[in-house]
Amino acid sequence: MDTIAPLPDIEHTASVFAEGITLDCGQRLESFTLAYRTYGALNAARSNAVLLCHALTGDQYVAERQPLTGKPGWWENMVGPGLPIDTDRFFVICSNVLGGCMGSTGPRSVNPNGQIWGTDFPPITMRDMVRAQQMLVARLGISRLFAVIGGSMGGMQVLQWAATFPDQVFAAIPIATAAYHSAQNIAFNEVSRQAIAADPDFAGGRYWAEGKIPARGLAVARMMAHITYLSEDALNRKFGRKTRRQINDAAAAGENASFFGDVFEVESYLRHQGSSFVRRFDANSYLTVTRAMDWFDLAAEHDGDLSAAFAGTRTRFCLVSFTSDWLFPTPQSRAIARALNRAAANVSFVEIETDRGHDAFLLDEPDFARTLGGFLSGCAEHAGIA
Amino acid sequence: MRVDLRLIASLIEPGSRVLDIGSGDGTLIEHLFRTRGCDARGIEIDMAEVTRAVAHGLPVMHGDADNDLAQYPDNAFDYVVLTRTLQAVERPREVLRQMLRIGTRALVSFPNFGHWQVRLQLLRTGRMPVTPTWNRPWYETPNIHPCTILDFRELCAQEGYAVEEWLAIDEAGRKSPWRRSLRLANMFGEQAMFLMRNA
Repeated sequence: MDTIAPLPDIEHTASVFAEGITLDCGQRLESFTLAYRTYGALNAARSNAVLLCHALTGDQYVAERQPLTGKPGWWENMVGPGLPIDTDRFFVICSNVLGGCMGSTGPRSVNPNGQIWGTDFPPITMRDMVRAQQMLVARLGISRLFAVIGGSMGGMQVLQWAATFPDQVFAAIPIATAAYHSAQNIAFNEVSRQAIAADPDFAGGRYWAEGKIPARGLAVARMMAHITYLSEDALNRKFGRKTRRQINDAAAAGENASFFGDVFEVESYLRHQGSSFVRRFDANSYLTVTRAMDWFDLAAEHDGDLSAAFAGTRTRFCLVSFTSDWLFPTPQSRAIARALNRAAANVSFVEIETDRGHDAFLLDEPDFARTLGGFLSGCAEHAGIA
Repeated sequence: MRVDLRLIASLIEPGSRVLDIGSGDGTLIEHLFRTRGCDARGIEIDMAEVTRAVAHGLPVMHGDADNDLAQYPDNAFDYVVLTRTLQAVERPREVLRQMLRIGTRALVSFPNFGHWQVRLQLLRTGRMPVTPTWNRPWYETPNIHPCTILDFRELCAQEGYAVEEWLAIDEAGRKSPWRRSLRLANMFGEQAMFLMRNA
């Protein structure tokens, strides 16, 4: 894990916005790029576009092999012909977020001075990400999205979309998310960031200049974060106390199990998660995007009143949470549902029973899939989409 | 569709905004949307029913009458509907107040504890009545606030609600013939339905 080459450059489908964007922090990106993928076909009325917003470490490769890892897309079980997000009916768009590292402008990109942005990359907010997405959507010739859907950080973007561009969102599905990042979640992010910063290979954020990546720090960050995506029950069911070796085996092999090597199955699992992550994600992007989540507080844009963010909205909402999700627990979704009630919005709200924690939204959960598919079909009827 | 739901639907103006509290699998709101062009939404406490309704494309949220009505703004709906649930909520009077705050009209149906079978059973056996309508033993019934039709009328008067329409209905939800006399309705109606508004 010590010596891993920097991320390879891959050709991504992308759109360049030479008009640039003024960010919430006040800085301008004179030009920026969004990498994106689409699935299905836009109908003649341009009314069937569905924007998917990916989570913290997701990307635009929703329903196809991820070119860097060679693994299936993150929502292949949900997006495709005949699936709940049916690409025979809908034109599905997903772009890599601003600040990301899968082809969109971020800390790995080259700045106007011909240098890699690195730690000079300006701070990004959810609203910056969403405004950039809106420019992409407009460029694709779409004036109103049929639906915006996303889980976790993607759900934050969905909420931001509905609040910032209410007339451009017919239906919104924020999944396993919150209207602001809680102190506990900021705390977890901070541990991740400190793990990265503590890696000597981080080199004060200028690791690329030395041809290195802070692989150990980034892996620890991922391991810690990954625990928060699961649940105690899921970990127990999957790993329990299963060990890879016993204390006397290690001793017989002349090793000290207290200090070296992995003993419990759950450790090897996390180590694998950590080491595979560093091959596909840029550390400075991780810092940028986790900060963007931390900044997120939709009510703060409206004097602390979340319902004001949705005043007069005509968007149809469907909130989904999961019983065992302790990172974005159900009360946070319920708070959004109630704020939407205060705005007299059309809102559906379902809590799915599962022991798989926050990650459940990425997994095969039949009730969740039915909910998503049924809600979209119902909305399509109201929107007059065949 | 349940006969009483059909009856309720017939009392609702086409094109209205409707909130159905305890919407179950969403039959009523679907019917109101499809046949009367209503913007009908539901609240349901049973998550399995919520999931079924949303998966069927209906706007239903998980919540309950006691805790979630307070969130809605004044006059958000033309009708707020509560069928066969009032007797099971924690604070019926507060729920009615909320219904008539967030809606112009409230449509409420409830089982009538004044029905002759209920009276007779209690009188003859000295035990909690069990009838087709009141069909759960006392230790497991969710019905913690039973009332009679006269009780309900009294509460409406106390709270200043104008009763625009009332009917006694039988167990299946068909209209009963006791339309002129509340006392007869209170004796022979298995259920009652009231359409009220703030006076």
